[in-house]
Amino acid sequence: MITNFLYSFCGLFVFFMGFFALIACSHPLRKILAVNVMSTGVFLILVAGAYRPASVGDIDPVPHAMVLTGIVVSVSVTALALILACRVQETSNLSLLRPKSINGREESED
Amino acid sequence: MNLIISLFDIVLVITLLWLAWSMLSTEDIFKAVVLFISFGLLMALAWVRMRAPDVALAEAALGTGLTGPLFFSALRRMERLRQDERRLDTSEDRDADTDSEQE
Amino acid sequence: MPILTRNRNNRKRLDPYLLLLFFFVACLVLWLGAILCSLPMGVPGLGKEVASLQQRSGVQSPVTAVLLNFRGYDTFLEVLVLLLAVIGVWSMTLAPFPSGEVEKSPVQLGVVRLLTPLMVLVGAYLVWQGSHLAGGAFQGGAVLGGAGVLLLVAELPWLRSVPSLPLRIALLAGPLVFFSVALYCLLRQGKFLAYPQDTAGAFLLIIETACALSIGVTLASLFAGGRPDDDLPETGTPSDPQGGRTE
Repeated sequence: MITNFLYSFCGLFVFFMGFFALIACSHPLRKILAVNVMSTGVFLILVAGAYRPASVGDIDPVPHAMVLTGIVVSVSVTALALILACRVQETSNLSLLRPKSINGREESED
Repeated sequence: MNLIISLFDIVLVITLLWLAWSMLSTEDIFKAVVLFISFGLLMALAWVRMRAPDVALAEAALGTGLTGPLFFSALRRMERLRQDERRLDTSEDRDADTDSEQE
Repeated sequence: MPILTRNRNNRKRLDPYLLLLFFFVACLVLWLGAILCSLPMGVPGLGKEVASLQQRSGVQSPVTAVLLNFRGYDTFLEVLVLLLAVIGVWSMTLAPFPSGEVEKSPVQLGVVRLLTPLMVLVGAYLVWQGSHLAGGAFQGGAVLGGAGVLLLVAELPWLRSVPSLPLRIALLAGPLVFFSVALYCLLRQGKFLAYPQDTAGAFLLIIETACALSIGVTLASLFAGGRPDDDLPETGTPSDPQGGRTE
């Protein structure tokens, strides 16, 4: 009982640490890291709710299966988000750089 | 025995919270990713404590073993990009300077 | 990021917006904490129901039974999510393989040579173990993906010329096998994903093996960060310095 609450509150705090960092940090990698931390907090709350001491009896396997699904989905989402962040940086650099340099050349030609 | 287990619980929870805090507040992103990996490994320990060995295996293999390298490769990609950008930026600054001088 | 302080003019100052956000988050923590306290902890979940149906699921591990039998829909959609992630990544860039030959240390090559077969073996063992103990398609697939990541990190030269067609087949193997088994069940039993009781174990093992292969290839190609070279060539961005390979 106490263990359930201890780990649930740990999950709650971890979730909100991630939530705070998600808003407060500006770097995309940090944001993705914060989302991962948030998901870990949610998983911890789910699994801590299903925990029973060995003397009490069987553990509910349904939250475990859901958390397993969640971990796999969060990994694939992380991978996609990281590639998106890289692409955003690449293309935004180009769009920032190219028109300027072209303009500069044109002005100097003029 | 019970005392030892509850002591273990408290130490594990405090370590998890401390790791999460220092991961999210550190200046260096590389350090943050390393802390994230250690956070995931301790999380696997917490899953074992919660009698969820399946989740612990998945967390250790997926959440830590694959997310960490993914972050590292993205970080490397971005840093390589930033080096290129810096190179382009400086040359452009020079261009801009000469332009303003001409004007 | 220094939390709550922002460095301006070489002087650390409390940022009012971040402070406001901090109070907002603290209120949320209190609110959700109160809700958590009022939750009925310790109620018997679905553990008993799962245990009573365990015999009919075809496997001994309760988590695997829930994952692949009782909530098979979930897992099927999850495999599709993984496929979707790879489609998203492949549609964005080519894999950024290094252009030049890198001098590799013999230690690294030796480690790769020793560890890769071992990881494949462990992955297969985890898939096999999933029917009665902790383990299963996702864990085994993750270890297989880890073997792929090891090869990719070592930057072996032949990885660049991996053709895309076998990769695509391997990516699709899991979802296709899962879907065809589900269709077979629909035809035989009249219900989607309702395995016939006597052959459920065999079906689950087939699905798990195919899914583990697909998940391994999926994770490795997510790590590679783009589609292989002989796939659609990059067009439209002629002087893209980083997109795809820098020649």
